[in-house]
Amino acid sequence: MQPTAHDFKSNARAALGDKQLQDALSGLPGGLVAQRAAARARLPEFDGLRDYGRDLRNHTLEHLDVYLERYETAVKGAGGHVHWAANGDEACAAILRICQDAGARLVTKGKSMVSEEIGLNARLEGAGLEVVETDLGEYILQIRHETPSHIIAPAIHLTQGQVEADFRREHAHLPAGRRLVDPAELVDEARQILREKFIEADVGITGANFLIAETGSSIIVTNEGNGDLTQSLARVHIVITSIDKVVPTLDDASALLRLLARSATGQEITSYTTFSTGPRRDGDPDGPEAYHVVLLDNGRTELLGSEFREVLRCIRCGACMNHCPVYNAVGGHAYGWVYPGPIGAVLNPGFIGIKEAGNLPNASTFCGRCEAVCPMRIPLPKLMRHWREREFAGGDTPFTTRMALKSWAALARRPWAYHLLARLTSRAMRVASGRSGAFRWLPFATGWTGGRDFPAPQGRTFQELWAARQKQAASKRSAR
Amino acid sequence: MSLPGGARASRDSILSKIRASLGATPNDPARLAAAEKRLMAKPRAAAPQRVAASGTDLVARFTEELQRQLATVVATAGAGDIPAVIAGYLRANNQPLRLRHGNDPYISSLDFAGIPDFETLKGRAAPDDSTGLSAAFAGIAETGTMALTSGADNPVTLGFLPDTHIIVVPRSRIVATYEDAFALLRQERGPTPMPRTLNLISGPSRTADIGGRIVIGAHGPRRLLAIVTGDL
Ligand code: SF4
Repeated sequence: MQPTAHDFKSNARAALGDKQLQDALSGLPGGLVAQRAAARARLPEFDGLRDYGRDLRNHTLEHLDVYLERYETAVKGAGGHVHWAANGDEACAAILRICQDAGARLVTKGKSMVSEEIGLNARLEGAGLEVVETDLGEYILQIRHETPSHIIAPAIHLTQGQVEADFRREHAHLPAGRRLVDPAELVDEARQILREKFIEADVGITGANFLIAETGSSIIVTNEGNGDLTQSLARVHIVITSIDKVVPTLDDASALLRLLARSATGQEITSYTTFSTGPRRDGDPDGPEAYHVVLLDNGRTELLGSEFREVLRCIRCGACMNHCPVYNAVGGHAYGWVYPGPIGAVLNPGFIGIKEAGNLPNASTFCGRCEAVCPMRIPLPKLMRHWREREFAGGDTPFTTRMALKSWAALARRPWAYHLLARLTSRAMRVASGRSGAFRWLPFATGWTGGRDFPAPQGRTFQELWAARQKQAASKRSAR
Repeated sequence: MSLPGGARASRDSILSKIRASLGATPNDPARLAAAEKRLMAKPRAAAPQRVAASGTDLVARFTEELQRQLATVVATAGAGDIPAVIAGYLRANNQPLRLRHGNDPYISSLDFAGIPDFETLKGRAAPDDSTGLSAAFAGIAETGTMALTSGADNPVTLGFLPDTHIIVVPRSRIVATYEDAFALLRQERGPTPMPRTLNLISGPSRTADIGGRIVIGAHGPRRLLAIVTGDL
C-alpha cells in the first residue's frame, strides 16, 4: 500500500469535511466503547487479566526465538510447512509460489491486516490469480478499491446507503428492482455471491490472531464464519501472519482470548474461535490437503531491540482507536497507512519510517485513553513521545517547529526572561484585543483562529497574581 | 516441499536478528529452560469467579451464556428425546426435515424412524445441505462455548455450510473454563491433542459490517441449537 501518512494534515482536513464519513463515524466507535465497558463490568477479573496478559506477552517476547523454533517444530510435526519472510516482498513471493505449485486460479481470503501490510492482493492479481475477500467488510472494500479504515471493523467508514449503491453497481446481473433496504438484505446478497467462491476456491488464505508454540496451531477469531469456510473448503490453507503472534501454550491463548473480544467488540467471546493444526488427517472427510504458514518479520525484529518493544504485545483489538478522540474525528484513512489510530501512530513509523509517518505520533492530544483501555497495557503515549524524540533527533521535525521549540527552550531555561516576556505579551494582547477581549485572527495561530476566536489574556500573569496573593496574605497576618 | 535456499537464509537471519535484539546467544541453556518450563507447567490465569465460585451450576451458567449469544439451548434427558427436539426445532423454523451428520457413535445411534418423512444423510456437508448435526467434545461454561473436534465423526464443514447447525453437548462434559477443555483434550487425545480443526463455537454466524448493525447469518449458520444431553 502506497503510504499517504505524510499528508496526514490534509487527509484529516478532508475527512472532517466529508459529510458521509462523518455520518458513518457518528456513534459507531462510540458504540464499541459502551459495549466494551459493559463486558468489562461483567468480568470482575478483567483488569487483573490485563496484568497477566502483559506479563505473559513480555515473557514470550523475551524468549521469542525459542518459542518460534518450538512452534515451527510443532507445525512440521503436524504435517504443515513454515515459510519465514524478512519482508513483504518475500512473503508475497512465498504465497504466490504456493498458489502456483497448487495450480490455483481462485483464491479466497479471510481478514488479515498483515496481508494489507504486504500488499498481497495486488501481487497475486498481478500474477493472474483471482482473489476474493470473504469477510463482509473486506469484500465491500474490495469492490470499492479501498483499504480498511479500522483493524476489526474495516468498513466502519461507510454508511449503509453507500454499500447499497456499491452492490447495485457491482452485482449488475441481479434484478435492478430488488429490495436492499435492510442490512440483512445486503448481507444475504453478499452471502449468496460469496458462497460460490468458497466452493470453487483452490486456495484459502487467512490471518492468525495467535500462534501456539505447544501445538503448532494458528488461531482465528471471527464472527461471520467466513474464515472457516475459506480454510475448510479450499485444497490449500495458507496462513499469513507475523512473528509477534506466537504464545507458548493453549492456556496462554485462553488468557488472551478472554481479553480480545471483550476489548474489541464487547462480546464475551466471538461466535467462532478456530484452531488450525496442519492439513486434514488420514480419514478426515474435509479440511485442506496442505497447510502453510508464512511468518513475516518486516521490521518487528528491530522494534524488539528498541524502546518500542512493548508495542509488540499488541493483540490488535482496536480498543485504542475506538477510544481515541482523533480517530473518532477523522476516521482511519487519514492516517495514511495500514494501521490507524494510536496503535498505527506507534507501529507505522516502525514499518514505513519516521520520515513518512512522522505526522502520526504527533497527531495525538496525549489524553491517555488509549493506554487506559489497552488490554496489553501498552504505554502508547509514551511510545509516541519516543517517536517524536527520534524525529527531532534525526532532524525530521519541520523547520518551523524546530525553531519554535528551540526558542521556547531558550526562554524556559531563563525564568527572568520568561516572566518578563509573558508579562509584556499578556499586557499587549489585553490592550490589542480591545473591548471584545478576544482575537478573530492571530498570526502563527491561524489553525486556531480559522475556526474560533482566541480569548485574550486578562492582563496579569499567573506569577503576578500569585505574588500579589502571597503579599496580601502576609499583610493580613501582620495586621492581626 | 523442500525449503529453497533463500527461505532458509531468511529463517536464520530472522532468528539471529531476534537474538541480537534481545542480547541473547543461540542455545542459551537458561533461556531454553525458561521456555521449556512454561511449556511443561502450562500456567493458567485465575479462573473467572462466575465459574470458579464454589457451588457454581456449570450447566446453568453454560446455558445462560450461550443464550445471551443468541443460540437456542434445550436440555434433554437423553438420546430418546433428541430426535423429537430436533424435528420440533426444524419445523418451528420452517426448515426441511433433513440433516446430515458424521460417524459420531452417539449421533449415529439417534433414532429418527419415529418421525415421518425425516431424512438423515452422512458425511461432509454439501453446498445445499440445510442442517448439520454435530457432537461437541466439551462445553465450556464461562462463555457458553462448545468445543468441536474435526474428523470423520464430526466433519468440520457441517458447522459452516448449512443454514442450521445443531450441536449435541454431553452434560457431563460441560467444564468451567477454556483451560479445562484443553486439559481434557490433552488427557484424552495424547501427546498431539489437536485435531486438524478445533472449533470453539459460541453462537450463530453474525456480522456488524454494514452500518454497525448486527445481522445474524453472515456466511455460516443463521441459527444454532445446542442440545444438552443427560445420558452422556
Ligand atoms: S495497542 Fe492495545 S488497544 Fe490498541 S489494538 Fe493493540 S492491544 Fe488493542
